[in-house]
Amino acid sequence: MTELWTASELMTINAARLLRDGDVVFVGVGLPNLACNLARRTHAPNLYMIYEAGVIGARPNRLPLSIGDPTLVSGAAAVCSMYDIFTLYLQRGNVDVGFLGGAQIDRYGNINATVIGEYTHPRVRLPGSGGSMEIAAWANRCYIITPHQKRRFPERVDFCTSAGFLSGKGERQAAGVRGSGPQAVVTNLGILEPDENGELILTALHPGATLADARENTGWPLRTAAELKETVPPSAEELRILREELDPQGIYLK
Amino acid sequence: MSKLCSLAEAISRYVHDGDLVYLAGFTHLIPFAAGHEIIRQGRKDLVLARATPDLIYDQMAAAGCARKIIFSYMGNPGVGSLKVLRRLLEAGRLEWEEYSHFGMITRLQAGASGLPFLPMNPTAATDLEQANPLYRRVTDPYSGREVIVVPPLQPDVAVIHVQRADARGNAHIWGIIGEQKEAAFAARRVIITAEEIVSEEVIRSDPNRTLIPEFIVDAVCHVPYCAHPSYTQGYYDRDNAFYLQWDEISETESAVQAYLNEWIFGVPDRNAYWEKLGAETHARLHVAPRLSHPVNYGAY
Repeated sequence: MTELWTASELMTINAARLLRDGDVVFVGVGLPNLACNLARRTHAPNLYMIYEAGVIGARPNRLPLSIGDPTLVSGAAAVCSMYDIFTLYLQRGNVDVGFLGGAQIDRYGNINATVIGEYTHPRVRLPGSGGSMEIAAWANRCYIITPHQKRRFPERVDFCTSAGFLSGKGERQAAGVRGSGPQAVVTNLGILEPDENGELILTALHPGATLADARENTGWPLRTAAELKETVPPSAEELRILREELDPQGIYLK
Repeated sequence: MSKLCSLAEAISRYVHDGDLVYLAGFTHLIPFAAGHEIIRQGRKDLVLARATPDLIYDQMAAAGCARKIIFSYMGNPGVGSLKVLRRLLEAGRLEWEEYSHFGMITRLQAGASGLPFLPMNPTAATDLEQANPLYRRVTDPYSGREVIVVPPLQPDVAVIHVQRADARGNAHIWGIIGEQKEAAFAARRVIITAEEIVSEEVIRSDPNRTLIPEFIVDAVCHVPYCAHPSYTQGYYDRDNAFYLQWDEISETESAVQAYLNEWIFGVPDRNAYWEKLGAETHARLHVAPRLSHPVNYGAY
């Protein structure tokens, strides 16, 4: 790898590139928030940001440090209740993109944010679903940003907090949820995408990363796309916006 | 009729041992002063419900107030985990009942609407549904498809912090409105804490901003800075530094007890707590005004 950018910068920039102009995005704080703001300042000026705290069309003046930061409200287009954000906006189908994260992501893109070990006697108790169970089901597309580590990529999650493709695309389809599920997992090594059966396969490597790195850090026999691509290196402009405008103190990008 | 009283009186009168308590507010307007007063008065065996337990329930659990917690995201927002609650759950020393945010908020909506249950579309993630038997499935009588349902949540008492209220309890809230209205209508008893007590005329000058009407309110308490270390939109900022500091304090049981002794048992009320925080913190949390354009209701 190279020292020209950090792993967080690399993941944020690649996630930003997945967003399309005009997308309505259900945003969390941290890297997804940075990715959205980067996309809005580059190729997607009409990106519309919705926060699960009930803020619609937020235009934060400073880096929000929590999901309910008051800077999200000042200057926003609208504010609504939690019940409204989950029903009128998410359940109704008004959200194009959701960002998800968790302690474990498995072979079929299922996410665990609840417990490591047994539910009733947890070895590690994690925060739980928050909004992610419904975002994973009802956003048209979902993206996951996570460091590529073997313990984070088990064959099967200990607890399925949010549904990816369950044990294959057919099972998700049979469950009748409206969203199309996880479309990409952006890691510090590359990008994984679901194949026709919903299994996550490596479709691109970042500059300097190797297939061996990716395989070593994945808990299932990682397959690759027929044509394994290399991602375009972060541009000077993308890095400048992140470092000078969006997170000058390096709170999320260290 | 004025319902004004001190916060200590309101807690003493309306919060009882064993109650199901909902201290409302999604990140915004969390009534920390009420939680601290409940701790000072030594309430026991409470069932603490909140979508995000936040630091307030970490502190109340540490003080021994809680028998059970009902939640949907047990994290320190923007920081990491709630370490007191996490330790208690991992050690099997606290009962819990868990939902997604939507499940939790749908329970409150059902409680606030007087409904026996409310349906939600399935999410295909069934593990939590299996872990929590209050999630059920019923057949939609129109389409024949299954929907997920949850029962109403009706707290014994809800505490709602607001920007301003009149002495009767009509309350204006702006900024993130989370689940305050639903919690107030769902609860059997409602305590309002307010940054400012204003005349009825101020309330009636902007009726669209009234989320809570007087007749569901039992007590109104004037408690400036009630929400610190969370915030009140337009009045003071969120104390993000304290949220980070709590991550360190909550690392050990002894540091947590020292905090409770100094900042809760060591002060008589919120005024003393706010003074103790000192001028530097006051200045750091100060927020410049940003006014909305007035609306014209018309003189009919």
